[in-house]
Amino acid sequence: MTGVRVLVGTRKGAFVLTADAGRSKWDVAGPHFGGWEMYHLKGSVVNPDRIYASQTSGWFGQQVQRSDDGGKTWTPVGHEFKYDGTPGTHQWYDGTQHPWEFKRIWHFEPSLHDADTVYAGAEDAAFFRSTDAGQSWQELPGLRAVKGHLWQPGAGGMGLHTIVQDPANPQRMFIAISAAGAFRTEDGGMHWTPINKGLHSPYQLPDPDAEVGHCVHRLAMHASRPDTLFMQKHWDVLRSDDAGASWREVSGNLPTDFGFPIAVHPHEPETVYVVPIKSDSEHYPPEGKLRVYRSRQGGEEWEACTEGLPQRDCYVNILRGAMSTDRLDEAGIYFGTTGGQVYCSRDGGTKWQAIVRDLPAVLSVEVQTLA
Amino acid sequence: MIRVGLPEHLRTLARTGPEVTLALEGDATLGAALEALEAAYPVLRGAIRDHGTLKRRPFVRYFACGQDLSHEPATHLLPAEVQAGREPLLVIGALAGG
Repeated sequence: MTGVRVLVGTRKGAFVLTADAGRSKWDVAGPHFGGWEMYHLKGSVVNPDRIYASQTSGWFGQQVQRSDDGGKTWTPVGHEFKYDGTPGTHQWYDGTQHPWEFKRIWHFEPSLHDADTVYAGAEDAAFFRSTDAGQSWQELPGLRAVKGHLWQPGAGGMGLHTIVQDPANPQRMFIAISAAGAFRTEDGGMHWTPINKGLHSPYQLPDPDAEVGHCVHRLAMHASRPDTLFMQKHWDVLRSDDAGASWREVSGNLPTDFGFPIAVHPHEPETVYVVPIKSDSEHYPPEGKLRVYRSRQGGEEWEACTEGLPQRDCYVNILRGAMSTDRLDEAGIYFGTTGGQVYCSRDGGTKWQAIVRDLPAVLSVEVQTLA
Repeated sequence: MIRVGLPEHLRTLARTGPEVTLALEGDATLGAALEALEAAYPVLRGAIRDHGTLKRRPFVRYFACGQDLSHEPATHLLPAEVQAGREPLLVIGALAGG
């Protein structure tokens, strides 16, 4: 069946939404792991029936679940994430140094080349890898060697929340951390380079142009242009055309350039989506109007996409991991809200419809396109 | 055999009912009971005690026979009623959060 599978992580369980290519009639399965925080679920491109899920609880810690049948059944796998060697310290809110402490996995990124290899982004920020389908995990500590003592938690914690793979080069990946910034590896995660030149964070950092310490919320890339990256920073939307070596702001005419997610159209490398949020102290859309903003010029010029979205009295947030796309010919764009809605556009963002309206707060949305 | 009562989240994780029964070797201590629980249900490793330090997770509590054993050392002997299987050792998710 050609269709889509939408993997939704929420504050109180995981849901799997499926539809055929028409995407008008949806089957909703779940909650899986009801009552647990499901930070992220993501399927393997190599084996789409294999899905990794981050299951967490403030009471009972981190679990990892793996499905090998497309999310119908799940098996707990390895869930010990041990920092390599002496964990060391990072910057704390009061300027003192604070020990690294594992809290949860924010992001799983299955390898594009090997179904048994999967990467994990942790809070406190670290980069882990499994080469046995999640049975065991090893930290690749080279990341924290890049001035880790200067990183500090954002308001939501110090999470490594974004991992982007270069489809053309298995050794190259990009990651983002709140609040440390963006980093690139050219050797599969052993060594990392901060890629934050051009980011400007006045009133957030003592040196607004510092090499590390920026609060990057999300990165996005189009598979055909791995040197072009888009970024939603705490404030500012930016792009890079040299694999992160330099960035320039492309916020343009956005009503506010604060926000969390950013996504690229699957077939149009210069079509980009953001959801502007009023401010860092008011985590809801400006004017109570839920608007996805789309740029067809790779930024600077943005248009509001509103059809099918609430245009009054809407005060939900859209978290950084809660926007995704499918790869069908008529591209689908998806996002979930903290109000429990998951919206889908079947025409690249012009018109929207709610797939579900009353889930727990949505933490993450990932979409698999099924052949 | 001793009985250990589990909170809802850990029951679903371990795919058990409200209580499990465990055989203990050696002294029937709090630590021995938790060791036996984790050996029988490896998915619970790290969910009650930290993987590395084996310290109780902050929002987990241990109760038995009306006593709070949460702050007792691993070497603490379980109450006789628990050792005899007449009362369960309760692992509780603390009231916390909202």
